[in-house]
Amino acid sequence: MRRPNVSCELTHSILHGYLDGELDAARAADFEQHLLSCPQCVAEVEEQENLRSAIQRAGLRERAPEKIRRNLQAAISGTSTTGEPVKTVTPIRAKSSIRPTWWLTLAAAAVFVIVLGSRMLPNLTQGRGGNEMTAAIVDAHLRSLQPGHLEDVISTDQHTVKPWFDGRIDFAPPVQDFVSDGFPLQGGRLDVVQGKTVAVLVYGRRKHIINVFIWPTNEQDTAPQQGSQLGYNWVDWRKGGMELVAISDVSAPDLTALQKLIAQ
Amino acid sequence: MSPGVEGSDLGVLDLQERARFEQLVLPHVDAAFNLARWVLRGRNDAEDVAQEALLRAYRFFRGFNGADARAWLLQIVRNACYSWLEKNRPMDLSTEFDEQLYPQSSATPEALAIAGDDKQRLTAALETLPPRFREVLVLRELEGCSYKEIASITSMPIGSVMSALSRARQRLQQSLTQGASAKNAEAQREL
Repeated sequence: MRRPNVSCELTHSILHGYLDGELDAARAADFEQHLLSCPQCVAEVEEQENLRSAIQRAGLRERAPEKIRRNLQAAISGTSTTGEPVKTVTPIRAKSSIRPTWWLTLAAAAVFVIVLGSRMLPNLTQGRGGNEMTAAIVDAHLRSLQPGHLEDVISTDQHTVKPWFDGRIDFAPPVQDFVSDGFPLQGGRLDVVQGKTVAVLVYGRRKHIINVFIWPTNEQDTAPQQGSQLGYNWVDWRKGGMELVAISDVSAPDLTALQKLIAQ
Repeated sequence: MSPGVEGSDLGVLDLQERARFEQLVLPHVDAAFNLARWVLRGRNDAEDVAQEALLRAYRFFRGFNGADARAWLLQIVRNACYSWLEKNRPMDLSTEFDEQLYPQSSATPEALAIAGDDKQRLTAALETLPPRFREVLVLRELEGCSYKEIASITSMPIGSVMSALSRARQRLQQSLTQGASAKNAEAQREL
């Protein structure tokens, strides 16, 4: 299959800002309008999304050897201004033990938890990148992309998916099909994220998968917050006693569109 | 290359600053190593350079009062990588990607995505790109950096990040399809 030869200048500029969720709302809307009439850009969005999925699935990120951390820790806590190792109040210990210099961190974390209120699951948006819940959701999303792991109940019919959850969990996730908006419901499943059972709705977007993780919360409603980790976009919000996280490799504007439909 | 612990500069941070360093910078050790691994195309060199860069970050931590410790650290790592390349593998910096060598191919990345052993093919394809393209892809796709962060790490104007990513992705696709057609040709010959 050859790519169309027509050259659209947006294919190699704005399109990437759109894919990366870096356009402001007005420019993103303009580009979506443009997509309606430009097959070249539509094809390129698909290609780029596929390329991104391939990169994510390949697991190219490499972790640092433990030695680097050890050496750094040793340098931080074991060296005096003259370069001689000295006795310090922060001896190097096993990773799992709590070191005095971390008290500040812990104290800060404790304050943070009190401010947020005690919750089984921390809000996804409290701090970017390193958050465990974000990581757990990304892991669960990746797991679901393995063959045979995506859905427990495969149905595009919300009246099949909804009752399936009854009796399996003690809350009722909002199950709706948005096929006419380009987000067909593909099914649902139960998943365990950080030891807690969560409901997951699976939506399609072109050839991509969007997982929507849902669990009950006692917290107040929050506006949607966006972020990305390992190249996956996510949007997190709370409404009516539920916290919802939609995650996918589709563009941020696509994800926001689904979020709006669900939150309606 | 040894990690080069310059004791005279080390240990000057007081306890509170140390705690701040551990809290802000240590979570990004993997990101630091990963960037070095891809810019230098190898784990061994990356280990040395990332180690050195982390120690340098520690020495200069007092000068850091920004909000984004990851971007600050990655900027130091990136500079260390380029200095290392200049000294040890200047060819890496001078090889400009020859677009003539990588004509548009007919295989779509979608077909390639299904072809399997993605990791090897993607690694090989990424490593054929010049470091300046490789780094923006790594920062965006593996570290999830925003355009603003990429701009500050690479000292590129923020307006150039989008086009740099666009060119880098195009070249990655070309390099992938090139690899795939070479493989197909090989398979044809074996038949």
